[in-house]
Amino acid sequence: MTEMKGWKEIPIGGMILDAGNSEAYNTGDWRAFRPVPGEAECTNCMLCWLNCPDSSILVDAENEEMTGFDLKHCKGCGICAAVCPVNAGVIRRAEGEVEKDDPRLCIRMVEEGKFQEVGNE
Amino acid sequence: MSKFEALTGNAAVSNAMRQINPDVVAAYPITPQTDTVQTFSEFVADGLVDTEFVTVESEHSAMSACVGASAAGARVMTATSANGLALMWEIIYIAASNRCPIVMSLVNRALSAPINIHCDHSDVMGMRDSGWIILMSENGQEAYDNIIQAIRIGEHPDVLLPVAVCQDGFITSHSLERVELFEDGEVQDFVGTHEPQWPLLDVEDPKTYGPLDFYDYYYEHKRQQVEAMEKAHGVIREVTQEFNDRFGREYGLFEAYRMDDAEVAVIAANSTAGTAKTAVDNLRDQGLKAGLLKLRVFRPFPGQELAEALRGVSAVAVMDRAISFGSMDNAGPLFSEVVSALTLNDVHVPIADYVYGLGGRDIRPGEIENVYQEAFQMAENGKVERRVRYLGVRE
Amino acid sequence: MVTKLTPKELAKKEERLAPGHRLCAGCGAAIVVRQMLAAIDEPVVLANATGCLEVATTIYPYSSWRVPWIHNAFENAASTMSGVEAAYRSMVRQGKLEEKDVKFIAYGGDGGTYDIGIQALSGAVERGHQFLYVCYDNGAYMNTGIQRSSATPFGAHTTTSPAGKVIPGKQQFRKDLTKVMAAHDIPYVAQAAPSKWRDLMQKTRKAVNCGGPAFMNVLASCNRGWRHETDETIEVTQLAVDSCFWPLYEVENGEWSLTYKPRKKVPVKKWLERQGRFSHLFRDENRHMIDEMQEEVDRRWEKLLERCGEG
Ligand SMILES: Cc1ncc(C[n+]2csc(CCOP(=O)(O)OP(=O)(O)O)c2C)c(N)n1
Ligand code: SF4
Ligand code: SF4
Ligand code: SF4
Ligand SMILES: [Mg+2]
Repeated sequence: MTEMKGWKEIPIGGMILDAGNSEAYNTGDWRAFRPVPGEAECTNCMLCWLNCPDSSILVDAENEEMTGFDLKHCKGCGICAAVCPVNAGVIRRAEGEVEKDDPRLCIRMVEEGKFQEVGNE
Repeated sequence: MSKFEALTGNAAVSNAMRQINPDVVAAYPITPQTDTVQTFSEFVADGLVDTEFVTVESEHSAMSACVGASAAGARVMTATSANGLALMWEIIYIAASNRCPIVMSLVNRALSAPINIHCDHSDVMGMRDSGWIILMSENGQEAYDNIIQAIRIGEHPDVLLPVAVCQDGFITSHSLERVELFEDGEVQDFVGTHEPQWPLLDVEDPKTYGPLDFYDYYYEHKRQQVEAMEKAHGVIREVTQEFNDRFGREYGLFEAYRMDDAEVAVIAANSTAGTAKTAVDNLRDQGLKAGLLKLRVFRPFPGQELAEALRGVSAVAVMDRAISFGSMDNAGPLFSEVVSALTLNDVHVPIADYVYGLGGRDIRPGEIENVYQEAFQMAENGKVERRVRYLGVRE
Repeated sequence: MVTKLTPKELAKKEERLAPGHRLCAGCGAAIVVRQMLAAIDEPVVLANATGCLEVATTIYPYSSWRVPWIHNAFENAASTMSGVEAAYRSMVRQGKLEEKDVKFIAYGGDGGTYDIGIQALSGAVERGHQFLYVCYDNGAYMNTGIQRSSATPFGAHTTTSPAGKVIPGKQQFRKDLTKVMAAHDIPYVAQAAPSKWRDLMQKTRKAVNCGGPAFMNVLASCNRGWRHETDETIEVTQLAVDSCFWPLYEVENGEWSLTYKPRKKVPVKKWLERQGRFSHLFRDENRHMIDEMQEEVDRRWEKLLERCGEG
């Protein structure tokens, strides 16, 4: 819905009949950090799904698998990485500081700029 | 067969509500409206209606619940007066903007301060720009008739706007008169069933009501409300005609009383129109050509029709039961409307405003006769002596 | 079949809050709503008070709600919902509408609930409407730019209780709205937090099935107002719980019970130090306020334990 409609073309009273249409709106470009799958194996516990404010964890319901991130909408808050129990395990076992983009993690938060540089978006 | 009963204006409205049998009523007590909802709650308690009566804790919540229920898909009614209406204010606009065809019995009472429970029109005049359709009633019978028509007008698919039906606090709300009540079935048949087009309660087809609407679309939504008001004009005529045909009435956008050969006209609304008719009759008995325009539809304002009805008279006096403080000459709100209507329709005639009856101050036929006498003088001199007078105020 | 409250099972359900809303990254309100709506299998109809959640999810012509949703004004989510629910009951009773075990939920922020909307809320629950009112409490008027509300914690900096040279942040302890609502003696009242998601979801289920009005007060971090990193939302929320600033409990038909007891009570300081809104309290001249807050939190916690029979 990008073209601007006239008053005769829209529902009255400000009603939105196409409920859920915000899906067409891109909030992915707000992101400063991007969630990226790391080396640690995902257990499909779905805690990231449960805590994502932006309904941006992709799930294969049939196979009960967490399959990735909806980058059109993910705002890069990093909550998924923060609540991921596998990440917690990696950090617990690691010696010394684990950066948020450490490749050993299950969900890494990588600076968005790094993707733009290689035209990866 | 209809029947005649001795009823107060409030009781007449309660009976109309009973016959309409709305799905939801949300209301809060306030004098002089209170016994409308009191009587109605007896109907609820006695199982005479199917209505859910939401006994809210304030008028703000009354109108809020009405908006919720109306969006849900229900036929919704309420009643209030003065301070109650003022407390609803925010939601009055929302009801109209969300296109909720709520019908309200508004028993006119003076706004505070000082607090006063008696009639004037300061309450309804404040809502004139809110997007509500506003009907005025001379007596309980008209309030009853208007309430029934209001349902059809508001719910018309081309309109979908809330409607306020006014009558004068105490003067008609509390005086017994002979009221013709139609048969329940006839009323039901006239109002029909409410067919909401976008009920919120349709869980299979979710809708969003009341979003945040910025400069890119807000204006378009307002333009739609203009369209609805314009359409309302025709719909009111249609519904009124049907009502007249069915129930033997002669309603129009306004009533032209002895206007045919009138030299001067007074414009008045609600109960004062009744008093003015007595004055007109007295003057006619003296051979003076006096006429009266009794406003019925205040919103949408029938400016053009009104101007046409006044074309040919030599002077006009407007009776205003409210003051628009700080307006030009501190006139009443009706005056400005009538002046605009006349000017824009090229009816150039001396016109004066008579503010009266504030806070329930009595207005007697003699006083209105004086207004006519001054109008005849204006007609004779071709000019206005004093543009605004405050009738009956002690200096 | 009711869905088991496991993330795996819940993740299979259709998402009720669509992405593309414009709540800030990491906003706690969105997490609260998603968890709660996922817990309910029945159809829902929502009302929403003016505030961040409402504004950011329905910027015309977009809406993120895949369920019926209505916003009316700031202070009237409860009364609006009472009208919707009355309409439902009326029309079902008259056979005009099919009965579908619809769950009615009104969401309001702390401003829309503790402050300007408390009258409408009190009235609606007293009237016995079958609905759940949820306050997502982020402790300030966030939508208008972080002004204090009666839910704002003691000492917090907000734009109308700024940490100034003479007055160091908010001078009053927060209103305990959950207790106010419990005093209404309605079937179900609870306090919850999304960091204890299962607890939040169980309470949600109880609330919508209690057969009468229910109230839930749910802590919903606002990283902008609280001033913490966006990925700390859940952790900071849990510190509020573990410090007993935000105890998790429920009042079911008048029976008070704690639903979570921290193994070790964390000093409030640990929660405060994670948030920029309290940073001025760590200056020497203001440290006494941390002690005062600790005392008050302890006092309220002890009272709560007593009420819950854990004293
Ligand atoms: C009657 C009225 N007064 C004030 C406002 C301005 N206003 C809109 S949202 C808001 C604050 C909302 O705070 P809260 O309820 O805590 O929700 P939050 O934004 O924090 O989620 C205010 C003051 C309004 N919309 N209506
Ligand atoms: S970074 Fe935030 S928005 Fe993106 S997927 Fe993770 S939790 Fe969701
Ligand atoms: S939280 Fe971690 S382990 Fe669990 S599903 Fe998400 S990525 Fe996989
Ligand atoms: S300001 Fe706070 S409450 Fe509002 S959207 Fe942002 S994080 Fe959420
Ligand atoms: Mg808030």
